[in-house]
Amino acid sequence: MKKFWCFMGLFSVLTLMLITLTSCGSSTALSKRDVLQADKKSNTITWGVKADTKLFGLMNVKTGKVEGFEIDLAKALTKEILGKNGKAVFVPVTSQTRMPLLRNGNIDAIMATMTITPQRAKQVDFTRSYFDAGQAILVKKGSPIKNVYDLNKSGKVVLGVTGSNSVENIGKFAPKARVLQLSDYAQAFTALKSGQGDALTTDNGILYGMSVENPGYVVVGGSFTKEPYGIAVNKGQKNFRNRLNKALTAVEKDGTYNKILKKWFSNVPGLNYKEMMR
Amino acid sequence: MAHIVATQWPLLLTGLWHTILCSVIALFFSLIIGSLFAIFEIMPNRVMRIIGHVYVEIFRNIPLLVITMFFFVVIPLYVTKINGFTAGTIGLTIYTSAFIAETVRSGIQSVESGQMEGALSNGLTFWQSMRFIILPQAFKIVIPPLGNQFINLVKNSSVLAFVAGFDLMYQGNMIANNTLQTMPSYFIVAVLYLVITMPLSYYMRHLEKKLA
Amino acid sequence: METVQNFINAYSWTNIHYLLQGLWVTVEVSVASIILSFIFGTILGVIRYANIKYVSAIIGFIIDLIRNLPLLIIIFFTYFGLPNLGFKPAIIEAAILAMTVFESMMIAEIVRSGIMAVDSGQMEGALSNGLSYWQGLRIIILPQALRNMIPALVSQFISLVKDTSLATIIVLPEMMYHAQIIYGQNTNYIIPMFVALAVLYFVVCYALSLIARYFEKRMSYSK
Repeated sequence: MKKFWCFMGLFSVLTLMLITLTSCGSSTALSKRDVLQADKKSNTITWGVKADTKLFGLMNVKTGKVEGFEIDLAKALTKEILGKNGKAVFVPVTSQTRMPLLRNGNIDAIMATMTITPQRAKQVDFTRSYFDAGQAILVKKGSPIKNVYDLNKSGKVVLGVTGSNSVENIGKFAPKARVLQLSDYAQAFTALKSGQGDALTTDNGILYGMSVENPGYVVVGGSFTKEPYGIAVNKGQKNFRNRLNKALTAVEKDGTYNKILKKWFSNVPGLNYKEMMR
Repeated sequence: MAHIVATQWPLLLTGLWHTILCSVIALFFSLIIGSLFAIFEIMPNRVMRIIGHVYVEIFRNIPLLVITMFFFVVIPLYVTKINGFTAGTIGLTIYTSAFIAETVRSGIQSVESGQMEGALSNGLTFWQSMRFIILPQAFKIVIPPLGNQFINLVKNSSVLAFVAGFDLMYQGNMIANNTLQTMPSYFIVAVLYLVITMPLSYYMRHLEKKLA
Repeated sequence: METVQNFINAYSWTNIHYLLQGLWVTVEVSVASIILSFIFGTILGVIRYANIKYVSAIIGFIIDLIRNLPLLIIIFFTYFGLPNLGFKPAIIEAAILAMTVFESMMIAEIVRSGIMAVDSGQMEGALSNGLSYWQGLRIIILPQALRNMIPALVSQFISLVKDTSLATIIVLPEMMYHAQIIYGQNTNYIIPMFVALAVLYFVVCYALSLIARYFEKRMSYSK
């Protein structure tokens, strides 16, 4: 019995230690620091971006550099804020690492296909939307499923990707369907191919890309939600967020935004990039 | 942190249940399959030895994720439809059984070889002497490393998260994304893993003392 | 036919080169962690066995606690939790640190059980021959224990090599992460990449187990 209490005592001590280790102790110190001023001083903005998502942010295997719509836009915004010589540094993030990296100050902002939702806005501050995606579904050619409402039957299985907002939306549009979350787009698509689900859901741009690679699969029913992507910054960084919003307006006005949009999305069949011009 | 537990406990409970279920099934079968292949590896018959050796070396040297993915995406294409939980449990069983086979083999071999000869000369068959003389002694020696393997098994069951097997890690990912409170979410998951593995390792300790 | 084409495209020279770059990081992290955790694990295992008042009990408890936690979570906390305490490790440092902490505990357990399996009469013999307790441990007991432990140790090291892939969670540029980036280009590359991963991990791990079998044989001849 004595041993048991010894054990419990040690256990609680270590638990407490772990709690202090994981609590957001550092965020208070960081939130006092003005990110905008610090960035101006160092002449760099550090962005958390995707490195495994086609069109938005994908590592180029040859050069080892991340490329995509979000990367180009981040570069443009950096130049707008810091001037011509401003440097943009890119840190690859995943849905598991983006929040702790932002909180710990490893990155200044997250620009990684992150949809603005009220739930998320409790934890971070978003800029206004820089890209309006819409959610759609991808099915095998000839599938009886024609739109998202066809999935609203028990026994239907929808595949999605962990960390995306789209799985939550499916719960609203097809509450009877079962949702399986896989860890990335390629795994989710492979699961669709092997019949683990009836449809794959995520943002339309990504789905169109998949259907180009695999002609046996089509996007059906068009997009049924609006997924505004926002840049996330730490709470309390109002100056930085306002400056980002201003910079976004500037690149939209001078045509840089449209140029970048055209560069990445003009070759995606099914997606009319002209409708998205700003 | 309390807030997360309060709002997300249904997810956590489902996760805990699937992790325990998968671990128990995989533990049971991998112990049987593992011991069987361990015996194959030291049998006098050369063919059996090779079969045992090949099984162990193949399955313990490739990543668990690859084995699991094979059952999740390849088997449904050609054989039969299986869900993520089943695919993950099968993958985990095969993977762990290779490690257990290796552990048990080393245990059997560290039992003095004179004992087998003695048993055989006393008129027992190979299988009888295995069961009554060698294995009981071998298991005593291998309990601590087996304990390591069992704990590895419970934690490796997090491979289910990759194939949507609704285990603790899968739910942890979901909660982290729902709440955006990444660190506290994973902390809760870690504590729940401890709830499963701590008693397991204390039971192995107890067993070790009892048999010593 | 389409599948064959996918394999050919996926195994382009650039992709393979990129994958091998990842393999190199995997090997680097593995070797560093194997060496460090072998040293620390042996020390901890001996202390745990030696029954030093309080020290052994506390170390025993820490060993149990850490080896019962998922490695993924240890990696995560090492990278994101330590900055809270004022130490900001680079990704590769965090990976090696986390692997070492975790694997040391696993190895300590193996070492302890290996020592226990050595006949207790040997220690008495050593003591009655005028050796001190620590001398007896080092010269008589440990070498024998080590021989019995080889299979368990190697199993653990093989797990370690594959467990480095868990560090993808903190974006360590190792083999699994590089594979994910390659199949991010085209969803059809996923199966070829998984096949490549299986082969490459197999080569590394099998080499490790061959070395171990060699040592095991050699040491049992000297029995």
